[in-house]
This record gives sequence, C-alpha cells and structure tokens, in this order.
Amino acid sequence: MNTHVKIPAWIDVGAVSDVPRRGARRVPSPRGDIAIFRTGDGEVFALLDKCPHKGGPLSEGIVHGRAVTCPLHAWNIDLATGEAMGADKGKGCAPVIALRVEDGRLMLSLDGTL
Amino acid sequence: MTQATPKLRLVVIGNGMAGCRAVEEVLKRDPDRYAVTIFGAEPRVNYNRIMLSPVLAGEKAFEDIVINDEGWYRDNGITLHAGRAVTAIDPAARKVFAEGGLEVGYDKLILATGSDPFRLPLPGGDLKGVVTFRDLDDVNAMLAASVKPDARAVVIGGGLLGLEAAYGLARRGMAATVVHLMDVLMERQLDESAGYLLREALADRGVETVLGAQSEEIVGEDGQVTGLKLKDGRVLPCDLLVMAVGIRPNTTLAKVAGLTVNRGVVVDDAMRASDPDVFAVGECVEHRGQCYGLVAPIWEMCRALADALTDGEGVYQGSVLSTRLKVSGVDVFSAGKFAGGEGCEDIVFRDAARGVYKRVVIEDGKVAGAVLFGDAADGGWYFDLMKAGADVAGIRETLIFGRVITEGLSGLDPSAAVAAMPDTQEICGCNGVCKGAITSAITAQGLTSLDDVRAVTKASASCGSCTPLVEQVLKLTLGDGFKAQTGPKPICKCSPKTNGEVRRAIVDQGLKSMPAVMQALEWSTPDGCASCRPALNYYLLCAWPGEYRDDKHSRFINERVHANIQKDGTYSVVPRMWGGMTSPAELRAIADVAEKFAIPAVKVTGGQRIDLLGVKKDDLPAVWADLNAAGMVSGHAYAKGLRTVKTCVGSDWCRFGTQDSTGLGMRLEKFLWGSWAPAKVKLAVSGCPRNCAEATCKDFGVVCVDSGYEVHIGGAAGLHIQGTQVLTRVATEDEAVWVITAAMQLYREDGWYLERVYKWMDRVGLEAIRAQVTDPDTRKALYDRFVYSQRFARIDPWAERVAGRHNEEFTPMSRRMEFVSA
Ligand code: SRM
Ligand SMILES: Cc1cc2nc3c(=O)[nH]c(=O)nc-3n(C[C@H](O)[C@H](O)[C@H](O)COP(=O)(O)OP(=O)(O)OC[C@H]3O[C@@H](n4cnc5c(N)ncnc54)[C@H](O)[C@@H]3O)c2cc1C
Ligand code: SF4
Ligand code: FES
Repeated sequence: MNTHVKIPAWIDVGAVSDVPRRGARRVPSPRGDIAIFRTGDGEVFALLDKCPHKGGPLSEGIVHGRAVTCPLHAWNIDLATGEAMGADKGKGCAPVIALRVEDGRLMLSLDGTL
Repeated sequence: MTQATPKLRLVVIGNGMAGCRAVEEVLKRDPDRYAVTIFGAEPRVNYNRIMLSPVLAGEKAFEDIVINDEGWYRDNGITLHAGRAVTAIDPAARKVFAEGGLEVGYDKLILATGSDPFRLPLPGGDLKGVVTFRDLDDVNAMLAASVKPDARAVVIGGGLLGLEAAYGLARRGMAATVVHLMDVLMERQLDESAGYLLREALADRGVETVLGAQSEEIVGEDGQVTGLKLKDGRVLPCDLLVMAVGIRPNTTLAKVAGLTVNRGVVVDDAMRASDPDVFAVGECVEHRGQCYGLVAPIWEMCRALADALTDGEGVYQGSVLSTRLKVSGVDVFSAGKFAGGEGCEDIVFRDAARGVYKRVVIEDGKVAGAVLFGDAADGGWYFDLMKAGADVAGIRETLIFGRVITEGLSGLDPSAAVAAMPDTQEICGCNGVCKGAITSAITAQGLTSLDDVRAVTKASASCGSCTPLVEQVLKLTLGDGFKAQTGPKPICKCSPKTNGEVRRAIVDQGLKSMPAVMQALEWSTPDGCASCRPALNYYLLCAWPGEYRDDKHSRFINERVHANIQKDGTYSVVPRMWGGMTSPAELRAIADVAEKFAIPAVKVTGGQRIDLLGVKKDDLPAVWADLNAAGMVSGHAYAKGLRTVKTCVGSDWCRFGTQDSTGLGMRLEKFLWGSWAPAKVKLAVSGCPRNCAEATCKDFGVVCVDSGYEVHIGGAAGLHIQGTQVLTRVATEDEAVWVITAAMQLYREDGWYLERVYKWMDRVGLEAIRAQVTDPDTRKALYDRFVYSQRFARIDPWAERVAGRHNEEFTPMSRRMEFVSA
C-alpha cells in the first residue's frame, strides 16, 4: 500500500451545523471513516473513526466536554489529540485528521500519503 | 498673542459615539489647533447610542443620554451640521459635499460613519412595521407600535441588540418573541448553560424565545406587517417586526472616494486611511483585519487618533473585548475564550439559589476567558487578569470565588489560607455559612465528617464547590481525627448529589430540562459527562412524559440507533416476537431480509426470538422497513427498558398447563413494550411450577398455579444468578397485569439509573414494594401513571426512523472524500 498518492488539499464535506451539538457525523475516506465531532460549546474536531483500543467507531460515542466515550468499552478519547484519557492514558491514540472551518463549512484534508 | 495662526480645518463625518469622542480627545490634547466641523445625518446632538436600550425600556429619557449638548459645540467653536448627511468626499481637492449643496474644505478628515443595521432579504421586508434598532428614530417607531392595545412584537436575532429590543418592548407592555437561528442565545458570547439561564430570565420578564428557527417570509395585510413565517411553517403573529441580525460597517462614502475598503475602511495603527489626510474611527473601521461592534475599542481608537492629529505617535493595537447585557436584573458578562478550547481547563461554579453560573477558562496558567451569569461583579477583574496575561496558577483554587476571597488568601497554601481566614469569612456561598459557624459546630457537637457538617450547618450541602474549603476547615479543627468522605455515592464526578437526591429534585422542583437540572443542582461541569447525561435523560423522561423531549445525544449508541452495536461496528437487529410466538409469515420476512441484505448470521436468542447479526449501519432503515412491512416492530434488545417476555406453551398445549401462560405473556409484552426503565427489564410467564420459561430468574416473573398466579420479582441470571422472591399471589389474569404494571412503574420512578430490579429491591426492601403494589389505591395510581406515560412511549422506533426521523444517524455526512485518491 505504499503508493505515494498526493491528495487534493482541502475538501468541503458539509456545514458545521450538519453536525449536531454533542454529536458526530461520519465521512468515508480512503483511510477509513472519519468522525467529525461537535462539542456542546460548538467546537469541531476530526479523528479517524477508530478507537485506539479495539477499533470501535468513535463517532457513535457520547460526546461530553471535549471528549468522546467509545461505544464499545467506554474508553474516553480526547477530541483534540485523539489520545486515550484517564485510566487509559498513554495506551493509544486515534489519528487526528486535519480540519479547518471556513465560513461555516467543514474542510477536511488527508494531505500526506496513503 | 497678537496674531492667531489660522486654525487647521478638521471635518468629522458622523456625529455619533466615535466622531464626537475623537473631537473630545483632540480638544483635550490641543484645544486651539483645529476649527472643527461635524456632520451628522441624525437631526440631533451627540448621544449615547448604547443607552437607547434603556430609553426603549422606559428606564431613561432621551435627555438623560445626551453626551454633548448644544453648549458643548458652542463653547468649543464646533460647527455642527445636524440632519445633514455628507454625500461625497473629494480627497484630491480635500473637500466634502453635503446635502443641500453644502461644500466644505478640510485639512484633516475623520470618517466616523458607524455601521448600518443589516436587513435580511426576506419577502415582505418593506412592509410597514418592519424596523431595525440603531438610532432614536427606530426607538420612536417601536414606541409608536407599542401603544396599540395587545400589540405583539417579533424580534429576529437573539444577540445582544435583539434581546435588549425585546426586553424593552416587553417593558412597554408588548408581547415580545425573539426568533433566533442558533440554538443558544447570544451564542457568540455565551455557552449553553449561560444561554439557558438567560432564556429563563427573559421568560420571567415576558420575553419568549424561539431557538433554532429560520425566518422565511414576513407576512402582511394592506402594507402592514402581521406576522413572521418560519421555515417549519409556523407563523408568529405580530404588529411590529424588529430585525436585529447584525451590522455592516458604513463604508459607502469611503468606497466612492477611492479609499481602501475591505469589510470596513482600512486604517493603520494611527487610524489613518489610505489617504494621508483622511482618518477613520469607530464601527466603520477595519484595523488589522478586525471590525468592532462595541464602544470599548472605539475609546482606544480615539485616543490613538487624537495623538496622531496632535503631533503625537498614534498607536492602536487592536482590542480585547468583553460584553455585558443591559437587561435590568440580568447580570451577564462574557469575555475571551468563554467556551474553552484546545488545552483549556474549565472552572465552573453554580449557585442555584441565586441563579448564578460562572465559568472561568484557564489556558497555560492564565485566564483565557470567562462567562458569568447572575453575578457578574467579578467580570472586570477576570477581564483585567485576562488582558494582563497574569499567571493565575497560584490563585487557581479560589479564583472562581472572585476577587475578594482570592486576594484575601493570596500567597498562602490552602490550609494556611484557611487557617488565616477570619471567622466571619463566608465559606459556603449557597447557604451563607461562615468559617466560625463551621468550626464552632464541629467542636460543640463533636462532628467528624463532611456529612455531619453538611447536616448540621448546611455548608457544602448545595453545590459542593466549597467542599475542599469545608474539608480544610474540618482537617484544621480535628487534626488527626479527620476522616475522608464516605456515604452514598454521588451520581458522577460532575455533582456531589446522589441519584436519589437528583430524582427527588427533578420532581419536587419541577425541573424539566437537562440545563435546568444542572443549574438547580449545581453541576461542576458545563454540560455533564457520559455517566450523568444518560441518567438525567432517563430521569427527566420518566418524570415528565410527553413534556420532556428525549436527548438522543445523551443516549448510549444502541438506544440512539435502536440496534445493538457489534465488535466490528455492524449492528444486530432483533424484532419482537410477542411472548416468543411467531408465524410462517414473520419467519419468511426475516429470511427474505437476511438474504436481501446479505446479513451474515441469523441466531435464535436466549430470549425466545431471532437475532439478525452483522447488519451494516446504513442498511438499518431499509431492513426495518421490510420487517415493519411484515408487521414486526423493534424488540428493544438494546434498551434500558422492556426487553423480552418469555413464555412456555401453557394450557393451550401442555398437559400440565394450569393457565394460558402464552396469552398472559403476550398480553404483558403488548402492554409494557416501549417503556424505558433504569435498567433492562425482562419478564417470563410459566404455565406451571415446572417453570419452563425460567420465570424465577427474571426481573418480573409469573408462575401459574391452579388457584391463579404467583407474581415474582427481583430475579436475574447474568453476572449474578439471582432467584426471584414472591411479590404476591392473585386469582385473576387482570390482577396479575395490574400488580406487575404497578411494580414496573414504581421501579421506573424510584430506581437509580443502571440499577436493575433486584438491586433496587435490595435497596428499598421487598416489603416496601409489596405494600405499595398491593394497596388498591396506590396500585391504581401507579398503574394510571404508567398508562399515561405509555401514550408517548409505545411507539415503534424503527417505523419512526423508516419515516425519516434522525436520518442523519444512518447516512454519512458526505461522500466527497471517498474517492480523493485519484
Ligand atoms: C442475543 C443474546 C444472546 C443470545 O444469542 O441468546 C444476548 C446478547 C447480549 N447480551 Fe444478554 N443476551 C441474550 C439473553 C440474555 C439472557 C437470557 C434471557 O434473557 O433469558 C440473560 C440472562 C438473564 C438476565 O438478563 O438476567 C442475559 C444476560 C446478560 C447480561 C447480564 C445482566 C445482569 O444484570 O447480570 C448482560 C450485561 C448487561 O446487560 O449489562 C447482557 C448483555 C448482552 C449484550 C447486550 C452485550 C452487549 O452489551 O453488547 C449482548 C448483545 C448482543 C446483540 O447484539 O444482540 N446479557 N442475556 C440474548 C438476547 C435476548 C433477546 O432476545 O433479547
Ligand atoms: C441599541 C444599541 C445598544 C448598544 N449597546 C451597546 C453596549 O451595551 N455596549 C457596547 O459596547 N456597544 C453597544 N452598542 C454599540 C455601540 O453603540 C456602537 O459600537 C457605537 O455606537 C459605534 O459608534 P460609531 O461612532 O462608530 O457609530 P455611531 O454611533 O452609529 O455613529 C455614526 C454616526 O454617523 C452618522 N452618519 C453615517 N453616515 C453619515 C454621513 N454620510 N453623513 C453624516 N453622518 C453620517 C450616523 O447617522 C451616526 O449618527 C449598542 C448599539 C445599539 C444600537
Ligand atoms: S454471554 Fe457474553 S458473549 Fe455471549 S452474548 Fe452475552 S454478553 Fe455476549
Ligand atoms: S474499542 Fe473503544 S473502548 Fe474498546
């Protein structure tokens, strides 16, 4: 899989308001599903939709503060860094996906290599 | 002085907040340098625009808000052309042209044209009675409309301006409704918790709010507005419609004159525009890419401008903003990163009794922002700390209590700080308990624990945010005799309250939303956590059937998408088979669905029904549609609520059967399905004591006997194998249904979230349950409440989703990334 393919920079995947507060939406991508989260405070984050524990879909978890609780075994994941928190700190990290907000639109980038 | 050097000509366009302040600042520095001419489009002297809100509300008169009266212009030799708008500037000739053919030359020109209110381009926008809120004429137009008896106003925009308009109109006797696009009022200044409190406070003052509402059309009759139509079809009737949806820098003159304009007139740090003799201040300005809509930056701009105009070095570096709302009795303050952000930490304080919410955000050991509601006295202090970038690590513990307490304790470690507090120092703000009262209670009454102190003095018994202080006092007073807190566990780390206390408060205090509970019970986080939110959602749903709107984001994924998540992220689907009965048609439909959607596994469950495992999430609605078409509904195999009712074949077929166990099981399932509970609830009905349906290890079980029905309670067979106890014996099927329903409702109302029936029974005692469900009146009341609540619960969630509810759960937001690897 080491075909170095350059991906177009930023892709508009929808409006910030398409992601419910304290919720998440999925965006399929060649790297697997990407989860976009929106906190109660309205901040948005993107992580690969794969829990560092056993790959649970983080987009299905409960979002609270700036964290999400994985639906499979309840690890808490920091939305900003993708890192496991609390008792599971240091055990793993969900990759952060580059996300930028422009005029209320969500722009994702997979810049890098596949 | 024998001969006066001719004065330079300074012309100011805009007789508003910025224009006149700029002149004041110049005069302060050098009263003799300029001959000043001011043009103002408004036919009046310079007044304090921000005070138009109290004028509208009738709390002030126009005379009270005049900043500079005619005397000021006269005494300073200023020529005022009020009511005369400037129509053009000629920078090359250094001239301005005004209405009425007036032409005035300048040496220096100041543009202070402010901004124009933004008008939504809605159909009907030109109807009579549609106004904005910017100047005295607007206020007068609104006041004229408010005189009509029973007049109603709708304000579009739930920002500072819109809310002040609505409040003012309500004070003038109008029914005022604010329509806001966002789901939080003043979302650019407030977080959800503060927004919620503001909404309540406004409701108390007669201002209704409609959130998340998009305006579609302004409707009218005979050229006069009669209502606002929303996208969802609702029409809000009104006689006055105020648009308060934002402002736009007024740059027309500058643009035509060829000055550089982006969003605003572009200026440098000396407030100079692209022409060396033209300056600009106020809301019409864009400085370092930033436009402002508040007065504080204007004062700073005017100082820099005046320096530049009087040979000084004008340096404006941009402003940090804070906001206060001017609604009487509603104290709101906001500044900076009030909603936190990456690497930030929140300190939250709530005082339900006083309706106070405070959130201070710390980043890198410094105050990065704050939002205060109900008590904003310390707003200025936090703002100063923020602007100064002061290191607050050393005062973190007491920061949230405000300046007085913090400065009183600064420099001391926590226990020394507490030791140094005077006896009169208030420790518990909620209950007004001071240090002396706590120490004397401890010594006089031999208190040894936090609970004792709470019980006797009430200190730390409300929000718990002073708990560390109270513990310090205890430690200091008791020395080695101090024991850490024990007792019933709090609901979660967000609150010291127990589940029981929370449930009681919801009912007793009539709390009907999650923010209401969090405020009344003084949650220490802005929006709860993954433990308390599902619990609160259930408690509210149970307490206010039909009224409380379920919050799907506070539900575990299975209950949110009505299927069970599997280890690989696919789902399992279990349709109901009432009492374990099925039919060839149902089996055929299941088989068809399994083939059509290539469902990899079909299994008979331990609960007498069939599980389709490995369904892709996006397929769920289509799978349900097919199952619905064959008459099947969700089996709630995922729910904290009614799961299965297992039965045996009973008297219909079995040679030992004493009663129709299958029929009773089906009847129970059809009656109880859809109901939510603290934990899952399983039932079984066996036709005789051989008990083939395993009724004696279910939450509720029935064992049929010759003389009637033995009703069982409190069994489980999972993590702990737990035999049931007999709740009661009854003679008829009807009575069996009544007793079980009443017991189910009692459990629903009294159980703690995730506490299964047997654990609840351990806690409250079998006797207490029996007493209630066998007393005819209590039983009837419980039964009736259950029946009422089922009106809103006995609805197939699959059918709702097939019909499109929460569609966004089952579809990716975008597929545009899928093929990016070209
Ligand atoms: C499918 C099924 C196993 C089977 O293939 O037969 C099953 C599957 C699961 N059970 Fe079960 N239980 C199933 C019957 C049972 C039974 C037997 C019964 O109902 O008669 C029991 C023992 C009776 C009881 O509940 O006390 C049982 C005791 C549990 C427990 C332990 C509960 C306890 O309080 O001790 C759990 C864990 C929990 O709920 O927290 C559990 C949890 C689960 C979960 C939900 C695990 C999870 O959280 O993902 C499994 C979901 C799989 C899925 O996607 O469907 N399952 N589980 C059965 C579905 C019944 C149905 O038709 O709805
Ligand atoms: C109801 C209300 C409440 C507010 N409350 C607050 C508050 O609580 N706190 C806060 O910080 N801010 C508040 N503001 C905002 C604050 O009033 C503005 O930031 C401030 O007035 C801007 O000053 P300015 O001089 O730039 O514009 P203005 O005060 O609007 O002055 C501009 C003036 O220029 C005139 N003008 C425009 N074009 C021409 C022309 N071609 N020729 C001649 N004259 C012209 C206009 O008629 C106007 O009088 C409030 C505003 C309103 C409307
Ligand atoms: S017994 Fe364990 S493995 Fe089997 S279904 Fe139940 S929870 Fe899953
Ligand atoms: S897969 Fe996320 S916690 Fe196990």
